Amino acid sequence: MLDNIQLLFVWAPIINVQIILEGIFLGAVFALSAYGLALVWGVMNIKNLAQGDFVIMGGYLSLAFSQYNLSIFLILPLVMIIMFFYGLIVYRLMIRRVIDQDMFTSLLATFGLSLLMQQVMNLIWGPEVQIIDLDFPVYDAFDGFVTIPSIKIISLILAGMLSLGIVLFMKKSRTGQAIRATAQDPRAARVLGIDTDKIYEFTFSLNSAICGAAGVFVSVIWVLQPFYGITYSVRSFAIVTAAGLGNLPAVITAGFGIGLFEKYVGAIIGTAYEVAAPVSMLLIVLVFRQISMKKNRQAVK
Amino acid sequence: MINKLILGIGTSLVLSLMGLTTTASAKVEGDTITLGSSISLTGKYATNGLHTQRGYDYAVDVINNSGGVKVGGKTYKLAVKYYDDESTPARGAQLAERLIQQDGIEFMLGPYSSGMTKAIAPVSEKFGVPMVEAEGASRSLFTQGYKYLFAVLSTSEQYLSTAIELAAQSSSDPSSVRVAMAFESDPFSMDVRAGVVDAINKYGMKTVIDDQLPADLSDMSTTLTKVKALKPDILIVSGHSKGAATAARQINEMKINLPMIAMTHCEAAKVQEKFPKAANGFLCPTQWVETLSKSDAMFGTAAEWNAGFKKAHPSYSSVPYQSAQASAAVYVFKEAFEAANNFDQDDVRDAISGVEMETFYGDIKFSDAGNNIAKPMFMRQIDSSGSYNLVESSKDMTFPRNVSY
Repeated sequence: MLDNIQLLFVWAPIINVQIILEGIFLGAVFALSAYGLALVWGVMNIKNLAQGDFVIMGGYLSLAFSQYNLSIFLILPLVMIIMFFYGLIVYRLMIRRVIDQDMFTSLLATFGLSLLMQQVMNLIWGPEVQIIDLDFPVYDAFDGFVTIPSIKIISLILAGMLSLGIVLFMKKSRTGQAIRATAQDPRAARVLGIDTDKIYEFTFSLNSAICGAAGVFVSVIWVLQPFYGITYSVRSFAIVTAAGLGNLPAVITAGFGIGLFEKYVGAIIGTAYEVAAPVSMLLIVLVFRQISMKKNRQAVK
Repeated sequence: MINKLILGIGTSLVLSLMGLTTTASAKVEGDTITLGSSISLTGKYATNGLHTQRGYDYAVDVINNSGGVKVGGKTYKLAVKYYDDESTPARGAQLAERLIQQDGIEFMLGPYSSGMTKAIAPVSEKFGVPMVEAEGASRSLFTQGYKYLFAVLSTSEQYLSTAIELAAQSSSDPSSVRVAMAFESDPFSMDVRAGVVDAINKYGMKTVIDDQLPADLSDMSTTLTKVKALKPDILIVSGHSKGAATAARQINEMKINLPMIAMTHCEAAKVQEKFPKAANGFLCPTQWVETLSKSDAMFGTAAEWNAGFKKAHPSYSSVPYQSAQASAAVYVFKEAFEAANNFDQDDVRDAISGVEMETFYGDIKFSDAGNNIAKPMFMRQIDSSGSYNLVESSKDMTFPRNVSY
């Protein structure tokens, strides 16, 4: 561990650049899927345990399209559209029926959905690890010490544009406003003439499309396997719980923060702890909140 | 309505229980010896499970067509009864029990993977059923004192220790070699690591990076960043297909240029097909190669077995070694039955432990612990044309790796 700190800050400080870049790329993908989760959680109070599987499904769709030599700029919208309609179908068949039930029903239902999606993806694409290599150039910097694959930069820019689009959509458009109104108070929204069922439907489909986009980035940057969804689910949950619901800037900051934190923990303590990092960060946030909220707490007599 | 339903279920339960008790327990019926196996046909091991099953079936066909098994002056045919264990260890153990208790199976072939074998071995051990397995390489399977478990393949600690031997051979001063290691934290990769660490200590080499990759991490950029900064002489990676795929992808992206890189599961992860530039010069261990100069009376040479298997399954462009070792396991049973000359389980067990033969798959001789100690692990190197070349000593190896990103 001491060796690693020396390496990072004394012998080869330049590799910090690489680690920070990797953390940012990682954070961008996390932030996307976490934002989708926050949306569904905040608006309809559904904790979607199949979140990571939606991401992986987006990745596999991207794999399917990449076999036709399509460019990523075409694959991304295609996958998002398909995933949007997939979300719509899932909502109509399943989510609509559990939305008014208690928390455990929706947890169980989405957990079941997660298992089902894993197995179906396993049947269609097989259990082997799949890779998409789009053959984009890799740039060097600092005498080859830092390498930046252009595909990661493209993904980062696309993810940024997408988040910006969603922010504007939520702020400016009528549907976006209706979503926010429904999240605040569904009954009042209904009284004011908002069809909350339609809003739920749209929100869930939008989440599915966002996950699809995250999946496309996962597929071109890392590897795909039908059972890897859980990693993305866990990280999304950690980010959303740490950042709070319905707070987009916080979700994005937390996404990048966790990405960087993970990479530095990996570099200093060892990769064995990389996955533990987001979870321990979540724990710290929860403990901190528990303590800071203490003064507001009162006993009922 | 509900009452009727309960009555119905109750009746069928009783009937099925009666059915159970009346099933005759026999595996050598008429002139057929039925071996049992729970194998992964669905779930995450489905592909390799199928390779294994095809290897078993191919050997059964060849043996039956060339006269079958001769025991006590009578000729028997072989057959295998399979159940799908869904790649779940608990299910595998259940099915093993079902094969033995319900179907009366007295001899078993192994499942796919060390994990599944670990789940099933206690069951076959409990009932004294000899099991020859071909797909569980974990060292820990052979430290439990199992008496009825035998494996034809080389154990996992041998997978990458050859790479260290090669590194030592190609350096004038082996103790100056600096090693970087990244292993997934699962039983298989930890076994592989133990073998590597032994070899490193033997030569007094220096370990500069020793990272563990969590099972659900598909990113090893931090390890590779350190590799770039420290420039070790050899990088060793083991983490199933995911580890190999991730490593190849990121070695390519980060333009890692080391004289030697060795990893397991190159073929399964298709590293050469996906990243031909980076994969040039990778060293990949394998249990078996079709160019091996070993042969036997049943299947002929390694090349002949390979050709026959390809003819039976034209869909394979190159035959996975999983199928070859599965065939070898069936062959061990044939030899053992004929050597024991009866079907007493303990006699057959003793016959298996006494087996000493040359096969197309390599030599087979079991240690007291049940693992095959006669066959070495083979190392192959990927060349610039994309083919895998057998490396028997450092003379056969392209050193240093010759890559231009």
